Amino acid sequence: MDILLQQIINGLVQGAIYAMVALGYTMVYGIMGLINFAHGEVVMIGTLVAITVITLLVGAGVPPAMAGACGVVAAAAVCMIIGWSLERVAYRPLRNAQRLAPLITAIGCSIVLQNVAMMVWGRNYMTFPPLIAKTQFEIAGASFTSVQVLILLVASVSMGGLLFLVYRTKLGMAMRATAQNPAVAGLMGVNANRVISSAFVVGSALGAVAGVMVGTYYEIAHYQMGFMLGLKAFTAAVLGGIGNLAGAMAGGLLLGLIEALGAGYIGDLTGGFLGSHYQDIFAFAVLIVVLMFRPSGLFGEKTGDRA
Amino acid sequence: MNALPVLLEAQGVAKHFGGVKALRDVSLTIRKGEIYGLIGPNGAGKTTFFNCMTGLYVPDGGGFLFDGLPLKADAPHQAAERGIARTFQNIRLFGNMSALENVMVGRHVRTHAGVFGAVLRDRRTRDEEAAIARRAEELLHYVGIEDRADDLAKNLSYGDQRRLEIARALATEPKLLCLDEPAAGMNGTETEELRVLIEGIRKDGTTILLIEHDVKLVMGLCDRVAVLDYGALIIEDVPAVVQHDPRVIEAYIGVAA
Amino acid sequence: MSKWLNLRSGLGLALVAAVLIALPFVAGMGGQAWVRILNFAILYAFLALGLNIVVGFAGLLDLGYIAFYAVGAYTWALLASPHFGIHLPFWAILPIGAVLACVAGATLGAPTLKLRGDYLAIVTLGFGEIVRIFMNNLNAPINITNGAQGITMIDPVVVGQFKFSATSTIFGMTVTGPQKYYFLLVLLALFVILVNFRLQHSRIGRAWQAIREDEIAAKAIGINTRNVKLLAFAMGASFGGIAGGIFAAMQGFVSPESFSLIESIMILAMVVLGGMGHIPGVILGAVLLTVLPEALRYAVVPAQKALFGEVLADPESLRMLIFGLALILVMRFRPAGLWPSPERRRELAEKAR
Repeated sequence: MDILLQQIINGLVQGAIYAMVALGYTMVYGIMGLINFAHGEVVMIGTLVAITVITLLVGAGVPPAMAGACGVVAAAAVCMIIGWSLERVAYRPLRNAQRLAPLITAIGCSIVLQNVAMMVWGRNYMTFPPLIAKTQFEIAGASFTSVQVLILLVASVSMGGLLFLVYRTKLGMAMRATAQNPAVAGLMGVNANRVISSAFVVGSALGAVAGVMVGTYYEIAHYQMGFMLGLKAFTAAVLGGIGNLAGAMAGGLLLGLIEALGAGYIGDLTGGFLGSHYQDIFAFAVLIVVLMFRPSGLFGEKTGDRA
Repeated sequence: MNALPVLLEAQGVAKHFGGVKALRDVSLTIRKGEIYGLIGPNGAGKTTFFNCMTGLYVPDGGGFLFDGLPLKADAPHQAAERGIARTFQNIRLFGNMSALENVMVGRHVRTHAGVFGAVLRDRRTRDEEAAIARRAEELLHYVGIEDRADDLAKNLSYGDQRRLEIARALATEPKLLCLDEPAAGMNGTETEELRVLIEGIRKDGTTILLIEHDVKLVMGLCDRVAVLDYGALIIEDVPAVVQHDPRVIEAYIGVAA
Repeated sequence: MSKWLNLRSGLGLALVAAVLIALPFVAGMGGQAWVRILNFAILYAFLALGLNIVVGFAGLLDLGYIAFYAVGAYTWALLASPHFGIHLPFWAILPIGAVLACVAGATLGAPTLKLRGDYLAIVTLGFGEIVRIFMNNLNAPINITNGAQGITMIDPVVVGQFKFSATSTIFGMTVTGPQKYYFLLVLLALFVILVNFRLQHSRIGRAWQAIREDEIAAKAIGINTRNVKLLAFAMGASFGGIAGGIFAAMQGFVSPESFSLIESIMILAMVVLGGMGHIPGVILGAVLLTVLPEALRYAVVPAQKALFGEVLADPESLRMLIFGLALILVMRFRPAGLWPSPERRRELAEKAR
């Protein structure tokens, strides 16, 4: 079953990337109930910033690994600023508005970010410079590369860091309190504005790292890449139960696996009727089926009717 | 009293939330035309009982017979259709609709116009619409807030909101009207007016189930009273007996009398 | 009724009618391209009013509305084109498209309408994507949709000998194809306006509003919330199906590209930006969001030349950038939309106090 193992490896890597992006959606949603539609574009900008920085540094003779580290830092910095500004300028004035207003604003932000990116980086595909030597390993007939290992490592460390932040620090406690009940948290002296800002900033930083991962993995980037990636990641967050950190991680991994396995086996399953270009259908089909049976996602809290 | 036919029969209703047993084997009988009180300390399971009966919760055991036929669990709209209407402890009106519209929505279950009627606006739909509005006005008048008909529900005073919720419930033509702490937060005069209103509703032929904290109101108004404590029914009898039952006193005061 | 009979509104109505009749000829002077833009504005108004039933009245957030439009468009394309060699008349296809879209809406809605708002949003979004992916790939092993190339040479609307695609002379006046479609679209739009208006003030409309306000209380007074929501969903879908059919006939060409998520989002933006639940507001939103990007298309290049003497920024992205900013700014300063209903305005005023 080498193909099975192969698809599991590919799925895990893709899933780790989804999970990193999904965390950005779920943190913001968990704390303020907003779907930050522009998050995918933040990730895209992270990728493009990293390309620019890394290409410049490598051109100046800096070793790729070093340049890569600088690229991640630069991308994270830019994304954190964008995330912070989005909340401050676009979403905060709408906190008490009708439910759909921030959604339209988010769509507006998404369009703006995408077109700014196009003006800055152009509409052509850009190649992502290689950061580490791409060594091939083989286990039981399935092969994987050093890039994949690196992605899984960085993702684990980042997500571990996030869990530490949320469950072991004062800021994390304030975040959890605000997510539970903003009014009470406010009475206890939690500054809701600060908490919400940090959710955006931390989510954007994770998104930037994910952006670099996508770049290194696919070796290519484009100003429109944020849209589908964001959509899939948001699907992953809902799949896991939006607002739930562990749910977003599990949802991301699960989605990656489903897609990889689905793409690998759909031909056999349907007797060749449907081919692997139906890959994108799996994400959404699984989502619909899961929500039919678990309306709050796999790990979401059950919110029953309260009379 | 016992000669009156049975309207609602709860048979061993049980409900638990996780490990907490909110209702244990509650059985009671409400007869046509009575005002039946359900009392008990906070957290005794009164509202849970209400929610099970009106289909908002699915009981984990037992069930209800209403008018001789079982009530379907998990189908609140069917409970209303069968003739059970309710109000909520923490008033739930349609805040951005006018008082009149709130009552008009209450007529939904007794009217029929569909999409085609609405679009074609044929004779029958127009007549029905006029009848809905007329009945809603009557009901506002009945509960005494006809002069607030065009105000948004959320802008009414607390007492008027309670009245509006009752009018909306009455619009469904209930056989059994369930009131969840209708006197909560009311002053003496308002409570007295409420008592008169409830007695009037009963006199006009609607059976009433009343959950209430105001023991004086319950004892003065109800024909029979049931007491819940920790989810279990401890007594069901006329007020005079219930009032002096040591178990009830213990439940309320917390020490053996 | 007396309101409609008094002179002032009579005059107003006559004025609106006169403008509606004159509009395509005035636009035609600037070229048929402007008539086509006008037609799209009305088509989008039609779609937005269909979605308004779902989002504005019943409060269900539907991010996959375009899927029903796609169903209608492909129904027309497959039943009136050389692709399968079938050429049914419009009075047969349009209802078939509406019914198929309605069935699609009910199939999606029945199991998912119990979901909370944002979950429903993502499910409908996913459904929209699934439909688009199928349209894109159902060219093998059996060629149904012709894949990404789409279907061409679709029949126009034809009533008897009267072809909507060709220019003809009526009462001595030259009327072009797009101008004919304009009048057809205006008729359809008037119909959907009537439906919206009458539904809003009906037993069903009140039930929708009640569900939007407090679903539990709505259940408790006997509203079968599931069925009533499904009704809104299916109705919205049917209108989407009709609009899709007209779109296919008008364009003569459909491809999956026309049914991407961004289209769903645009229609939703029209509803929200205009003033959710308020019929004139929704129409305004649709017209603005259709005309604005087109007007910008013509304006950004000359404006840059006038300001800087050269074209600095890519006009296409500059125009989308301005569009995005407009969305943000409108929501920032008019969160209830540009033209909200009087009730909603009152709500907001109270909230601000």
